Amino acid sequence: MERKKFVSLMVRYGFYALVIYFFVWSFQKNYFSYLFKETETFVLLTRQHLELVAVSSLLAIAVALPSAVLVTRPRFRQTEWIFTNLANLGQTIPVLAVLALMISILGLGFKTAVFALFIYSVLPIFRNTVAGLNSIDDRLIDAAKGMGMKPHQILFRVELPNAAYSIMAGIRTAIVINVGTAAFAFLIGGGGLGVWIFTGIRLFDNSALLSGAVPVTLLAILADYLLRLLEYVVVPKGTRPSANA
Amino acid sequence: MITFDHVTKIYEGDVKAVDDVAFTVEKGDICVLLGPSGCGKTTLLRMVNRLESITEGEIRINGKSNRDLDTIELRRSIGYVIQSNGLFPNMTIEENVTVVPSLLGWDRKKKRERYHTLMELVGLDPAEYRKRYPHELSGGQQQRVGVARALAADPPVMLMDEPFGALDPITRERLQDEFIQIQREVKKTILFVSHDIDEAIKMGNKIVLMRDGKIMQHDTPSEILVHPKNEFVSRFVGKDRAIKNLSLHTVEDLQKEIGLGDINETIQDTKTVNIHQDLRNTLSTLMNQEAEQVIVTDDHGEKLGTVTIDHVQRYLHLEIREKAPVSTEG
Repeated sequence: MERKKFVSLMVRYGFYALVIYFFVWSFQKNYFSYLFKETETFVLLTRQHLELVAVSSLLAIAVALPSAVLVTRPRFRQTEWIFTNLANLGQTIPVLAVLALMISILGLGFKTAVFALFIYSVLPIFRNTVAGLNSIDDRLIDAAKGMGMKPHQILFRVELPNAAYSIMAGIRTAIVINVGTAAFAFLIGGGGLGVWIFTGIRLFDNSALLSGAVPVTLLAILADYLLRLLEYVVVPKGTRPSANA
Repeated sequence: MITFDHVTKIYEGDVKAVDDVAFTVEKGDICVLLGPSGCGKTTLLRMVNRLESITEGEIRINGKSNRDLDTIELRRSIGYVIQSNGLFPNMTIEENVTVVPSLLGWDRKKKRERYHTLMELVGLDPAEYRKRYPHELSGGQQQRVGVARALAADPPVMLMDEPFGALDPITRERLQDEFIQIQREVKKTILFVSHDIDEAIKMGNKIVLMRDGKIMQHDTPSEILVHPKNEFVSRFVGKDRAIKNLSLHTVEDLQKEIGLGDINETIQDTKTVNIHQDLRNTLSTLMNQEAEQVIVTDDHGEKLGTVTIDHVQRYLHLEIREKAPVSTEG
């Protein structure tokens, strides 16, 4: 046990050291110059990036949650495979293919980018919500019915609260991945921090590249942290996994 | 009062889970549905609050068919206890206990008062457990909360589906004893599913022994033990039915019938039993201690006399072999 602890601590501090070294190194080489030279552009790109993530994620939640609830209702049980396959399909098609396809319909720009990101976010949310709802002990539902709860009361008072941990994990995964994927929006004129990343790649300009890539990474970490906080608020105390350990 | 009027349940594919069952549970009685697994006892229970539909026949609660009532109203007016895991993990103990009152729209103060009363009834400290969650409680405590929850809206009728089935033997016995005490206070009409003959004898005023969806025998526990109607019943009851029957009688019964022995001061190393102890446990004390006699005491510890194996044997012959049927009252 002691040994395990020691190794995990070493790995963690080694990682921190690398990150600090990276920042020191990149600052010395003046790789973040864009952030200071073109602060206005940076703010604009970050705002675009956040908009892309926010709109597509909210849409994905709005679609995935209700459909997951729908397919877990007894009446629609048989349709679960259709939805699961649809969501899987969305995940399998390469980003560029989705973009190419949608450009012909929605044209270039923000809308297409949002659509592509939305397609990618639906699956993890949908699948985790279905898994969370399916993992609820049948006897719990039975007890709820036996107490005289109506179907919507069973859903909101028993099923969703008990699946909350799983649902939140799905949302968190989707959004964190989304923050990274949103960099591709540049390719179809969707804006965002991808603009600097791809410019940097093409011009072999480390400065531009890192001024885009590092903020994206930090955004992803920040999103993860904030969503964990939200998780703490949303998931009922009695159903957290640590509670059952 | 619950009346089963020729109730039949047929599942798809012509499987008769319950076959023309007719009997009545009197008000204030505990009726135990007993039988091997798959005999239809749980299905029968779940038909009362319509978790299962009724194919044919009718179930009446206090004279009213349960089909005439709205399903939701019906279920809220019936207490329902299942084997462990029935508590909602996302809710605190207080929220769990007051689920039905919440559904019925009681105000906060009334709910809190009810919570206190119920927790005290089932022997848990209301303040200590209010903000706790089910997973923080032991199996026995969870099941007490389950009983409290079923009693929350003071339903006249309760359905209990192997409520103590998942507990260890010691906890189970304690909860059974406590529940009998609770029942003396609340006097509900209870339908109780069990597969355990000992539990059925202990808990039931009446036992309905089932097999393949049919009633094999519907009688008092002692009738079933003394006069099993057919081969199946006597096999289910077991060869030790005479001994099982002893658990329905107390030392006090024995004293009334044949009196106690004198206290022989020269015999050392004797055990004492309370006069209200049942004869089955008394007998096993006698056997396990290899003592020739046990001293019987009353509730104040006063020595009343002694019991030997011989006494028990004589009582068994007199009471169970010859005087049967025996009333189970008292």
